[in-house]
Amino acid sequence: MRFLPLTDADRADMLKAIGAASVEDLFCDVPASARQKGPLPLPEGLSEMEVERRLSTMASRNLTPGDVPCFLGAGAYRHHIPAAIDQLLLRGEFLTAYTPYQPEVSQGTLQYLFEFQTQVAMITGMEVANASLYDGATASAEAALMAARVTKRDKILLSGGLHPHYREVTATQARFTHLKVEALAPDPFGIEDLMGRIDAQTACVIVQLPGFFGHLKDYSALAKTCEAQGALLVVAVTEPVALGLIKPPGAMGADIVIGDGASLGVGLNFGGPGLGLMAVREKYVRQMPGRLIGETVDADGKRGWVLTLSTREQHIRREKATSNICTNSGLCALAFSMHMTFLGEAGFTNLAKLNHARAVQLAERLGALKGVKVLAGSFFNEFAVQLPKPATPVVEAMAARRILAGVPVSRFYPSWPELENVMLIAATETVTDEDMDALIEGLQGVLS
Amino acid sequence: MSMNSFTGNRALVIEEPLIFEQGEPQRSGVDLPQAPEIADRLGGLERQGAIGLPGLAEPECVRHYTRLSQKNFGIDTGFYPLGSCTMKHNPRLNEKAARLPGFSGVHPLQPASTVQGALEAISLLGRWLMDLTGMPAIAMSPAAGAHGELCGLMAIRAAHEDRGDARQIVLVPESAHGTNPATATLCGYQVVSIPANEKGRVDLAALKAKLDNKVAALMLTNPNTCGLFESEILEIASAVKAAGAYFYCDGANFNAIVGRVKVADLGIDAMHINLHKTFSTPHGGGGPGAGPVVLSERLKAYAPVPFVRTGENGLELVEHCLGDGEKSFGRMKGFHGQFGVMIRSLAYILSMGGNGLWQASSDAVLNANYLLARLSVELTPSFPDGPCMHEALFDDRFLKDTGVTTLDFAKAMIDEGFHPMTMYFPLVVHGALLMEPTETESKQTLDLYVDTLLSLARKAKAGGAADDFKAAPRMTPRRRLDETRAARSPVLRWKASE
Ligand SMILES: Cc1ncc(COP(=O)(O)O)c(C=O)c1O
Repeated sequence: MRFLPLTDADRADMLKAIGAASVEDLFCDVPASARQKGPLPLPEGLSEMEVERRLSTMASRNLTPGDVPCFLGAGAYRHHIPAAIDQLLLRGEFLTAYTPYQPEVSQGTLQYLFEFQTQVAMITGMEVANASLYDGATASAEAALMAARVTKRDKILLSGGLHPHYREVTATQARFTHLKVEALAPDPFGIEDLMGRIDAQTACVIVQLPGFFGHLKDYSALAKTCEAQGALLVVAVTEPVALGLIKPPGAMGADIVIGDGASLGVGLNFGGPGLGLMAVREKYVRQMPGRLIGETVDADGKRGWVLTLSTREQHIRREKATSNICTNSGLCALAFSMHMTFLGEAGFTNLAKLNHARAVQLAERLGALKGVKVLAGSFFNEFAVQLPKPATPVVEAMAARRILAGVPVSRFYPSWPELENVMLIAATETVTDEDMDALIEGLQGVLS
Repeated sequence: MSMNSFTGNRALVIEEPLIFEQGEPQRSGVDLPQAPEIADRLGGLERQGAIGLPGLAEPECVRHYTRLSQKNFGIDTGFYPLGSCTMKHNPRLNEKAARLPGFSGVHPLQPASTVQGALEAISLLGRWLMDLTGMPAIAMSPAAGAHGELCGLMAIRAAHEDRGDARQIVLVPESAHGTNPATATLCGYQVVSIPANEKGRVDLAALKAKLDNKVAALMLTNPNTCGLFESEILEIASAVKAAGAYFYCDGANFNAIVGRVKVADLGIDAMHINLHKTFSTPHGGGGPGAGPVVLSERLKAYAPVPFVRTGENGLELVEHCLGDGEKSFGRMKGFHGQFGVMIRSLAYILSMGGNGLWQASSDAVLNANYLLARLSVELTPSFPDGPCMHEALFDDRFLKDTGVTTLDFAKAMIDEGFHPMTMYFPLVVHGALLMEPTETESKQTLDLYVDTLLSLARKAKAGGAADDFKAAPRMTPRRRLDETRAARSPVLRWKASE
């Protein structure tokens, strides 16, 4: 076996040094009734070439965006990732290290995480960011818990424009920690009234920017109402590229910004691993979940970085910790940070503009189709459309034509018949004119 | 001899400023087509003013990250015996497989008919993890070990509530990882601690005394964090069951027993498996991982969504629990779990096969016992009366009166080219040194490690060396860092100087 260096001679020598007759003896504490009897029900190991062949065959059974026009979003966006990023990510010193518990030999990890924290804080317009959570949906649950700790209240208000997975994961977590969740109806027209529902029990309101159905809203007034009521405003961002172009949540008065960073550097990967982002106002940092990197000096007075404020965390505080998170999304944070670094201010802004321009062009062309209505007045790179037919069969029929046309909203809200004809459609910089032509032509066929 | 250079650099170790200290706004490492002029539809929500991000050209970016990487110790660099973390070799085939465009490029919300290969991958890995544990069900979506713990406890709580049983307590041994009690809290439970006995195992009598009809579950790590198999596990399981509670097993240490012990035969109701430990996916400087949870018949119905099943048109994803009598506790993760991590584990299991996995756990245990035997000459093993499993635990008695602490000892190892072991955990012994060699280390590596540690121990014991130890490490990119200062006045981001 190519991963196992011990030879039989080594094994015999080592057993002698141990004073055991066989490896079986080392398992003497295992009750006899629980020992594996007979061979394992798994196939024989394969050579590298054979594994590659087998998995390539499996992968080839998927229709791959990039090979075909793709307009899917709904929380996962296809972007071009510079070639250098993946090659750098594969450097073993990054890939095969763990949590930087030994800062003297982990300055690489610590510095890139410090840079990551800074980038996330900058683009969200917030004061501080942590070193990542699992994904956007779990970050939403963490934000709800954090808001409950900060405000010592127990009501969580969820916008109907928040990603349904964020809503569901937050509701699951709330149920088990005795928080009360009020989830507003899905809001494809962007007309819900949140302010009227904030009261003295409200710990936080969680909204999304751009909204799940595409709307761009200024939450400044909502932030003021929250502040007046003593509640926190949590803003979720599922598409961080938008922050290259739109007013950041921090400038609107958000207390906590959460989101998913997979758009930058990480890629689709069938939806995981993602990259949970969380940025907060500095005054709440001690209630924040997740790891934080801080600046300090070493014994020679040189600047360096360490894990800090660990007294919030499970390995120190155990049952009193702010969260149970340990392993986070370190390498995805590096991918995100690298992509941000490669882009820089000019690249990031231009990327955002390109996305928006693509989406505007698409909205115009779709709006001209008979029976198709674009539901959002303002949007970034994604919007909801109302089709003249149920969206699921339309999407299936388009897939049969090798076009990934959009995401039927009923996939998230199967028990809402009024959403049956609604489809989310996204256009990033990866969409070409030919892709759009194919989409329009395909829809004309399928909808007629 | 002066170690100072004009630049502050030392050959391959090059000082590297933050990106914010070297960029120019007009530079970029990416060239995209210029965005066309359009009438925007931002509804007046356009960003005002610059973000302040630095701009670097591609060669500067590449050099920045290459230099940062050179300040890091990974498994590829050298021996990394971080106990409880299973820092085994990360096969590069895993990386290649996960990057096949048909896996890395697929969108999570494509119609099921277009992702049959992806669903097959999830389903096949799930099948094999069930086969390896003998358990009848699995939840594939948890994102890491701690998230798997949460999944298990949520299923347990849902099962109790389903019967109208509002139990409040979760029992957690003192030796447990911090995530266990933290998870219990996140699931709304109170934690009651169970002491260890003098053999490093759960004190069965103390456990039984605490088991009553208020106890929802026991969370037990097996093999435990002292590196020992809980030899009374069958008695523990039946006592837990008799009290009407569930048995959650923290499977972080599954690497010791893969292919040798069937979890189902131990009476366990739920166990998470850290794919980033046992199944060789990279730790990536802190993540991502994946923590699928195997479940017993009693908990099966409460598993979270989504899951993959076979339907009329091939494999399908069940994303909602809508029907009457559906008991799933709901969703705990966006999309479908850590797919990219699953592919890596699948590549690993395909490579190893049943025999290879069996050999791996055997070698992992052999390597740990070899360390235990050889190091016991100078170090103080905490539980010397029998073999260990995949990791060996020592405490700091051998450093008594030397003025050298576990921390100092670990830092001295760094200068010798080794990553330290896990320090000060588990909490049940004083100044713990927990070493997990894994099966992917050669005898030659272990011998050099042992010889180094023995000589360091002798040096400490000979006396007069405390200052020398306290000054370690000396040859690293940074010497010891001031953690108190970092926490007292936190600087958590770069800021432009005013
Ligand atoms: C014994 C034990 N339990 C739980 C965990 C948590 O796992 P994770 O870091 O994957 O969340 C760890 C590892 O870090 C561990 O060693």
